[in-house]
Amino acid sequence: MNVQRLGRAFFADPATAAGTIIVAGFLTLALFGPLVAPYSPTAQNVDLIRQPPSPSHLFGTDRLGRDLFSRIVYGARDMLALAGGGTALAVIFGTLIGVSVAYLGGWLEELVFRLFDGLLAMPALLLALLLLGAVGPSRVSVLLVIVVVYTPIVARVARSVVLTLKPRGFIEAARMRDERLSYVLWRELLPLVAPTLAVEAALRFSYAIFLVASLGFLGVGVQPPNPDWGLMVLEARNEFALAPWSLYVPAAAIALLVIGVNLMAEGVRRAIGES
Amino acid sequence: MILRYLFRRILLLGATVLVSSLIIFLICRLLPGDVARVLLGREAGEAALAALRAELGLDRPLLVQYLDWLRGFVLGDWGIAYSTRQPIRPLVLERLGNSLLLAGATLLLALPLGIGLGVWAGWRAGKPDDALINVSLLSVTGLPEFVTGLLLIDLFAFRLRWLPANSSIRPDATLGEIAPQLALPAITATLVLLAYIARLTRTGVINELSQEYVRTAMLKGLTPLTILRRHVLRNALLPTITVIAISLGWLISGLIVVENVYNYPGIGRLLTFAIDRRDLILLQAIALITVVIFAVANLLADLMYALLDPRIRLGDE
Repeated sequence: MNVQRLGRAFFADPATAAGTIIVAGFLTLALFGPLVAPYSPTAQNVDLIRQPPSPSHLFGTDRLGRDLFSRIVYGARDMLALAGGGTALAVIFGTLIGVSVAYLGGWLEELVFRLFDGLLAMPALLLALLLLGAVGPSRVSVLLVIVVVYTPIVARVARSVVLTLKPRGFIEAARMRDERLSYVLWRELLPLVAPTLAVEAALRFSYAIFLVASLGFLGVGVQPPNPDWGLMVLEARNEFALAPWSLYVPAAAIALLVIGVNLMAEGVRRAIGES
Repeated sequence: MILRYLFRRILLLGATVLVSSLIIFLICRLLPGDVARVLLGREAGEAALAALRAELGLDRPLLVQYLDWLRGFVLGDWGIAYSTRQPIRPLVLERLGNSLLLAGATLLLALPLGIGLGVWAGWRAGKPDDALINVSLLSVTGLPEFVTGLLLIDLFAFRLRWLPANSSIRPDATLGEIAPQLALPAITATLVLLAYIARLTRTGVINELSQEYVRTAMLKGLTPLTILRRHVLRNALLPTITVIAISLGWLISGLIVVENVYNYPGIGRLLTFAIDRRDLILLQAIALITVVIFAVANLLADLMYALLDPRIRLGDE
């Protein structure tokens, strides 16, 4: 596959470029957070509660006098680490399981995918909440939830592609040549499954951000006093009259990131579809 | 023919729900480590733990516990919610009724609006109004339900004072009293579904418009509106039924969040309550009933599809 052409197709669309810039911006914030953030994300200051945005507090302060800009910056780190890490793990596990089990077929395939069907019979958020109810809320739980919720979906996508490739001549040829199983799986099949999986991964990433934010808002994800964006919205839900910025700043951060990732995902889909 | 198709679908669905119930049970019994300790908290003494284990039957083999739970569920004995000491079934069914009411109101808004916008955008594909619809839908999907919900509360409840911000309805309220409290939650859930339904409908319409029969109809001299109404819509709306089925999962996820935004006493609110109290017994029941409803709804959508399109049920043989 021609990487250069793929890149050009990807950036040809202004919307995709805009999405990429947004995501890259948040990524920079997340990576260099401590250098940019003027205050500690959890430091309270009773003298400075509910300050409107000003030069010293760019996004204002919340009802506990915490600097919202610093909280957003540190929150970006959690958000991208959890959503990105969870998605990456789910894609890796889903691909490993989906490709190998679909290729091997037989009772193993039946068993694994019946199990996945059982998992997918639950709407994503229900499964997420069920898992969190069982293991208790924490950062690690949120990561686990994303992996468990998205692995079956990725595996199912990988399987559907493998099933169309399996009867093709080159697979039969590889088998005739007596190639090792790992060769067939990762050298023959994987490169052909990869484009579809890339599209799926981009899509999953945007859903994962949505999911992390929703879990934070429901109060069952990352716990206080951590600067989780969804949790920040929850904590500020009664601040309409007193400090509306403490509600709108994290809400805007979530919306901006989700839109950015969506635009990027759309670009990945288009670029891969074209080449 | 249709009966055989139906029978097969039901059998498959039953098997899936059964697997799901096993997963739900195992998540609630194995992941927490010690269920009794989760329910009673860290300070509980050994004697209290043992007593609770005996009361809930946690000391029995897992398989026995699972079968017992499943049998109870089918026979209508859903157990006692640990956190409130209430029987689970009446509690869950009451909340479920509220949720279904909200879901119905949402579909009533989302379906006509979503299909309408989708057909419009598909018909005018590539034109400015199509782009406008696309961009506005895309920006709505970017907002999680709780963000749109809070924006709507700010606007309609606090600034305009048209609708109540809190939807915690009383159990004995009449439909007339409920309606204004239903409005904001239903609108919020609609916004999420809308984009989804409209985008898939748009794809369906564009797909149909590129078919040969449309060109024939056009060459035959039919007006564009007639072509749209008599030919394109009939074919394009068929996949829309599948869309409805798929979006039911979205609807359920969306409603869980929306109910929490507005304090609406539905199953989603009960779910977060159960997690908050770490009430695994209640959690288990809510998860299973939701899965059953989701499965039945999917079956109905499937069935409707098969009834409308003979190719589906015949091609299956």
